[in-house]
Amino acid sequence: MSDHEYTPKSKAGKWFNDRLPLLTLANHLTDYPTPKNLNYWWTFGGILTFCLITQIVTGLTLAMHYIAHADMAFESVEHIMRDVNYGWLIRYIHANGASMFFLAVYIHIFRSLFYGSYKSPREIIWIIGIIIYLLMMAAAFMGYVLPWGQMSFWGATVITNLFSAIPLVGEGIVTWLWGGYSVDNPTLTRFFTLHYLIPFLILGLVVLHIWALHVPGNNNPVGIDIKKPSKDTVPFHPYIVIKDGFALLMFMIVFAFFVFYAPNILGHADNYIEANPLVTPAHIVPEWYLLPFYAILRSVPDKLLGVVAMLSAILILAVLPWLDTSKIRSAVFRPLYKQFYWILVADVLILGYMGAMPAEGLYLLIARVATAYYFLHFLVILPVLGLKERTIPLPLSITEPVLGGSPNMAMAKKKESKLE
Amino acid sequence: MSDKKPERRDFLFTASYAVGAVGVAAVVWPLVDQMNPDASVKALASTEVDVSSLKPGNTITVLWRGKPVFIRRRTQEEIAEARSVKMEDLIHPEKDEDRAKNPEWLVMLGVCTHLGCVPLNDKGDYDGWFCPCHGSHYDTSGRIRKGPAPWNMEVPKYEFVNANTIKIG
Repeated sequence: MSDHEYTPKSKAGKWFNDRLPLLTLANHLTDYPTPKNLNYWWTFGGILTFCLITQIVTGLTLAMHYIAHADMAFESVEHIMRDVNYGWLIRYIHANGASMFFLAVYIHIFRSLFYGSYKSPREIIWIIGIIIYLLMMAAAFMGYVLPWGQMSFWGATVITNLFSAIPLVGEGIVTWLWGGYSVDNPTLTRFFTLHYLIPFLILGLVVLHIWALHVPGNNNPVGIDIKKPSKDTVPFHPYIVIKDGFALLMFMIVFAFFVFYAPNILGHADNYIEANPLVTPAHIVPEWYLLPFYAILRSVPDKLLGVVAMLSAILILAVLPWLDTSKIRSAVFRPLYKQFYWILVADVLILGYMGAMPAEGLYLLIARVATAYYFLHFLVILPVLGLKERTIPLPLSITEPVLGGSPNMAMAKKKESKLE
Repeated sequence: MSDKKPERRDFLFTASYAVGAVGVAAVVWPLVDQMNPDASVKALASTEVDVSSLKPGNTITVLWRGKPVFIRRRTQEEIAEARSVKMEDLIHPEKDEDRAKNPEWLVMLGVCTHLGCVPLNDKGDYDGWFCPCHGSHYDTSGRIRKGPAPWNMEVPKYEFVNANTIKIG
């Protein structure tokens, strides 16, 4: 794993390490050569690990009090809120933790999009990341069903009904998912089971994600390949650990704000009404982090095509490394891509807003234009841009532009070296 | 590998894989099928409803298999409106005569065929139902007229046990 052989200093350590090389692994992780120019956008990997652990710990403790039964689930959640010692705190951390998790993952994904972290040789890291993201959405959706409020019930109904769009077998699949003829107790118990399982699947994938990352090493804001270890790298510990730790503290302030000052602002009031299969709430909205995809679903007037468009919007990310034809990773050196990047950010935010609004009139029109642009960005703009764009010459190393006085000096060298 | 002629050992490998695959499938099926509706869910397959108190223009909603069922005693105007619609104007063409054998009584699942919400009574552009989730409009026969839903609201199997009682299922 590591470039140099590691031998534990103590005799006992050596004895243990010869039998199970855990100390070698720990040494690999602490000494790992990391690009020295990583900015704060690179701290979200650590923040996401924190989010996952927080969700698992609070989830385990909530499961000690929650009852997964259609007749008791709603009351057991209120029991957690009112009777269980610190139940309110644990539940608010868990519920807002889901939102914080998605906030961090969106920043993490858009970091990758800006700096081209998904490009060769990091495609597998990226694809594992997309699978983690899909599992996160599944876990979040099923978790939202568990309190058995009105939004839980009708959200579950609408989302499971998406599968009925599949020709021929759709209705059978939906009945199978429900374990009945509507969302009911069998649905709740299986959702609880899967909601409990998925975080551990994510944990396993996170290990693979980091393992795959440690093969080529981190991308960096300049986006060039660097030698490791070299003048361009610093050891992960203490440099990156301290930086990640500081960013995590800042993140926890935002987290704590929601938990203590606005614990319900990201939720929906209707979910404090117990599930009623006879009455649909006037306005069904998913949680904020699913809104852009919900807007895409609603902007297509055909049921099957709407579902296809929504799934494609997510799955298109998995093939992004091959849709983006540019060899240059970082948007810093891609003046046109940089502009399209920010247009995409705006487009996704607009989709998110439209997803929260009723699907009619001007809202629907804007959602349709934004949906079309979303696919245009990935299917047309990115492939063409990679071939047409005039990029800014890359520096030779992270250190060189700094030591060489002006970055242009280094870039001139790069040009010369190309001619040779 | 590709140049070699298949021999007895290759046959044994293929046969072993095949038996293994059948074994795995046989074990997986019970694990998959356990998620389908169980015997106690299927046992609740029918329900009887007393409709004697319903006046023309009234709708009641009853729960059948966990789903709402609309039972509407339609007015003469509603029946006339439903029967005057041309088939070519319908997204999912069905005659009102087929949907409501007894024209006064419309019995159907109160479930929007788009994504399963419960449509609202006496709303929408066609004097029937309107689904608040994604804006599907249904007429006085429960047929889809406008919006993303692909089909008319489903008419379940039902019968009049006597003049005042409907048995659904």
